[in-house]
Amino acid sequence: MLRLISTIAAGAIAALAVSGAAEAQDKIKIGYAISLSGPNAAGASITTVPNYKLWFHDIEAAGGLKLGETRVPIEVIEYDDQSSNEELIKAAERLVNQDKVDIMLSPWGTGMNLAVGATFAKYGYPHMAATAATDLAYEMAAKWPNSFWMLGTSTMGANALTEVLTKLHGAGKINAKVAMVSVADAFGIELSNASRPALAAAGFELVMDESYPITTEDFSQLINAAKASGADTFVAFSYPPDTFGLSGTAIALGYNPAAFYTAVGTAFSIYRDVILHDNVDGVLGIGGVDTDDPKFKDYAKRHLEVTGQPPDYWASPVTYASLEILQQAIERVGKIDREAIVKEIQTGTFDTVAGTIKLDRNVNPNVWWAGQWQNGEFHGLAPSSMAGAKEPVAPKPAWKPAP
Amino acid sequence: MIAGDIILSGVILGGIYAMVALGMTLQYGVARIMNLAYGEILVAGAFAAYWLYASHAVSPILGLAVVVPLAFVANWAIYVLLLTPLVNRARSREQLESDTILFTFGLLFVLQGIGLAWLGGQIYGYPYLQLPVDVLGVTVQANRLTAAVIALVIGVGLYIALTQTRTGMAIRAVSVDPRAARLVAIDVPRLSGLVFAAGGALAAAAGVLISMSQTFTVGGGVLFTMKALVIVIMGGAGNLGGTLIAGLILGLAEITVARLVDPNLTIAVDFLIFLVVLMARPTGIFGRSA
Repeated sequence: MLRLISTIAAGAIAALAVSGAAEAQDKIKIGYAISLSGPNAAGASITTVPNYKLWFHDIEAAGGLKLGETRVPIEVIEYDDQSSNEELIKAAERLVNQDKVDIMLSPWGTGMNLAVGATFAKYGYPHMAATAATDLAYEMAAKWPNSFWMLGTSTMGANALTEVLTKLHGAGKINAKVAMVSVADAFGIELSNASRPALAAAGFELVMDESYPITTEDFSQLINAAKASGADTFVAFSYPPDTFGLSGTAIALGYNPAAFYTAVGTAFSIYRDVILHDNVDGVLGIGGVDTDDPKFKDYAKRHLEVTGQPPDYWASPVTYASLEILQQAIERVGKIDREAIVKEIQTGTFDTVAGTIKLDRNVNPNVWWAGQWQNGEFHGLAPSSMAGAKEPVAPKPAWKPAP
Repeated sequence: MIAGDIILSGVILGGIYAMVALGMTLQYGVARIMNLAYGEILVAGAFAAYWLYASHAVSPILGLAVVVPLAFVANWAIYVLLLTPLVNRARSREQLESDTILFTFGLLFVLQGIGLAWLGGQIYGYPYLQLPVDVLGVTVQANRLTAAVIALVIGVGLYIALTQTRTGMAIRAVSVDPRAARLVAIDVPRLSGLVFAAGGALAAAAGVLISMSQTFTVGGGVLFTMKALVIVIMGGAGNLGGTLIAGLILGLAEITVARLVDPNLTIAVDFLIFLVVLMARPTGIFGRSA
């Protein structure tokens, strides 16, 4: 297994000299295992790892984490879980028992966070699941009180999408037929399960409802079937590789529904910069941010400066917010007392780049779930109760073919 | 309409699959090297095409003219520098196969590690010929159609070269029996090296063609290796015609099942066909009897 240790040293020596006498704790070990390789690496390398790097950079710039009166430097340990649950759990056990980390950060993705939750719980580490969206969130939070579900539940996602489609249907922009496809993975199964009743209750008819394996590379049949279905709305509960594949295939086959929605990956900057280019406007997707919020603007600027890549428009700010919550809880407690830190996260109110967050039974209740690319940026549309929610636009402009 | 769509899409996918497997059938069938790092070479070809397109605005089809010779030289170097010692010490075909499996398994991780450190785990892609074309009343993607046509041209051209030229005959002789080939003054080690290099060049060409319509990642090579392996074994190792037919069968089967039954069964149907073929003909559709 690849082991990368980077000790963050700037300011550390000075801090060490001060804290050495005052406190037993002369450094704080932070460890995590994440998918640096395998199918999850794409999402992890866009949403999660850069935010960890940004957070370490910020702590370093401040001279360390504030424990009581002193600033304590951090040491970071990173493992590659190779997108395998088994490797992830092995690495988490190693971080706890061998490396004896003080704080453990979470992996990327719903399935991976569910898999490693028991390990965090067994040792009482606060578990900030920033990239997990699941209807199991409340159940898991009750079972593992140390776990915090920052992206909400799949039902919230289904309801937000239904809210957007209902608005468009009410305005006469789309008919009542929906073609839905979903990736055969925990994420796609949960979202499609939650969407069937939500769409039916809003008066939509599912004229196509198919799932496809995560390894699919040829999307021509799904797109051609959707094209033939008569639906004005195409919905894909997809993961990044298939989000890109479905979108590229829709362009290449000239499939132009009035509303085109894809899920994970739509809110990535590379969706615009690498995949869709000038075809991006009008595409609906999962997630969203309030792009006019000065806090987000400042965060996005720092993310780009420090990591060399822009944040995504969904889970990136939530991931950074989860780190801010963790840091504020640690600093409020004033020492590495994990039980007290967990209690503070459960009950406290936190000021973050994603707004003021107060968890409801360990679940973040206010999350953007549906957005749309408008004028080259991905704006949050729903839930419309969120501050800064924009109105959906349809029909999507016809794709411009690439020569 | 649906039937035409399925047949045309199936032939396109099958052509691309056959292209993915062509290089491996040469490497395994003639040079006797089971190259588990095959998919990494393919992905390297995709990245080369991406780089040429993104930073030099070179179309991937022109890019082939750059990528293929480079890949040939690089794979020839791998054979001469790294694989020759294994070839020289191997006492039997079986020993060479198992040694090269271990070696190329290691090579896979080295290539992937370098790629990850250099390019990261992100998804890459570029829009090329992203437009619909009408073929006999069926709408297909111009980029995939182009890739499949080029793949079939390369496949058929290679088949003709192997069956109609003297070098082709020598290569087929090595594939049938390397010892007997030496007796008729064929320079087997040299020919094996060239065939291995040609196989690598074909893998890179497949990567270029795939990059025209699909996204790719540094770690994505293994899936291509697995697909190629199934097609090569189904078609009969070293048999180009068999590889083309096997690729087309899998492409058509996958598209038919995806459209008419359930997309989740595409992998199952691949392996069902694979099993049936192996039970009926253990050496592949066109394989020689063992």
